[in-house]
Amino acid sequence: MKIFFKKICRIRHLHDDANDGKSIRPRGSNQAMRKFRLAARKQENRVSRMSTTLSPVAYDGKIEGNVIFTQLDAAINWMRSHSLWPMPMGLACCAIELMAASSSRFDISRFGAEVMRFSPRQADVMIVAGTVTYKMALAVKRIWDQMPEPKWCIAMGACASSGGMYRSYAVLQGIDHLIPVDVYVSGCPPRPEALLDGLMKLQAKIMKEHSVTEQKKELLENL
Amino acid sequence: MTCEDAVKKLREAFPDSIHEETQFRGETSLRIAKSSLRDICLHARDRMGFDYLVDVSSVDHFGQEPRYEMVYELYSLRNEFHLRLKTEVSEDDNTAPTVSDIWPTADWHEREVYDLMGIRFIDHPDLRRILMWEGYPYHPLRKDFPLEGKTTEMPGVAFSEPAPLAGGPFVTIPTDGTTQVREPRARHAGEIPSPEKFLAEP
Ligand code: SF4
Repeated sequence: MKIFFKKICRIRHLHDDANDGKSIRPRGSNQAMRKFRLAARKQENRVSRMSTTLSPVAYDGKIEGNVIFTQLDAAINWMRSHSLWPMPMGLACCAIELMAASSSRFDISRFGAEVMRFSPRQADVMIVAGTVTYKMALAVKRIWDQMPEPKWCIAMGACASSGGMYRSYAVLQGIDHLIPVDVYVSGCPPRPEALLDGLMKLQAKIMKEHSVTEQKKELLENL
Repeated sequence: MTCEDAVKKLREAFPDSIHEETQFRGETSLRIAKSSLRDICLHARDRMGFDYLVDVSSVDHFGQEPRYEMVYELYSLRNEFHLRLKTEVSEDDNTAPTVSDIWPTADWHEREVYDLMGIRFIDHPDLRRILMWEGYPYHPLRKDFPLEGKTTEMPGVAFSEPAPLAGGPFVTIPTDGTTQVREPRARHAGEIPSPEKFLAEP
């Protein structure tokens, strides 16, 4: 038993070190080698079984074939968070980085958010990229109001988050004075990577939401 | 024709309307009477080849009389020289003749001056605000208007609130001091920045 435990430890070690490119091979006879392999396989099985049963998203059972059991929230949120169609509210210099984020080098489509919709009725997330002047502010609000629920908002850059360097009579000091913001991305301008990071944060946030709260409420009211 | 010739001819044509001539770094400025601004402009365009109006701007000499000043930058693409015309606008009168029919480009320039400084242009074809929204009650580039703005409300159109300035506008002062001396957050009129007042830079 003691020996086995030691071996497990060693295997753990091996697994840990695999990333470093170093590998520790057990010294000894062929038999020891075989035992080691067996233990390693056992360990792997255990790990994979554990990750399947603990996964919140889905269980793809061997018996049921391609039938996947999951929670409604998990499925809907998964779909929502991976098909976020942005409404590009490009108002100033940050919009250039937003464009860069959607072009091939940074490729926002890896996150399912490449379908820039210039109609608010087809958009899920408004990316406010740039300086919001008071003259533009109510137009932004109006476009936001035209977006169907569920909707989210990313304030991209210092200007959209807080007015940025424009402490002046003409600039709204942060779009959150008018519409609720889910993710603020810092920077002037933020690099496309920062926007992608913000997008991933938003995805993580969506995964934690209760997707059908509104519908449930409505149902209960009707009953 | 050179710039000197042009100025000489202009002075001959309008002996009473040109008050002052200034030379600075090779640029000529003429201070002229407002009443003959249009005549001088027409003359300059038609007889002297000033076919290009580069810019129209205005200055607020707050506390002085006359308070405002209009500045016109002319350029002759044919002869390749530049001439600046300045004229004074008093606060009570607060109007200037339009030159938008002489150089169409002046249309939007004058709208901008009207929007931000509040000088009205007589006979302008379309004198509306151009940067702020229609109905905004102030002219923000006037010296007595605070940088952070004032509260306004036009339901459905626009609103504005004073911006938080955190102790004053961000300014840069020409000195050989450190960044904190050169760029203090707040500075008051007449105050001379001293390095001791600010934290030492690492
Ligand atoms: S945060 Fe910077 S880059 Fe972005 S809009 Fe404002 S000034 Fe431009």
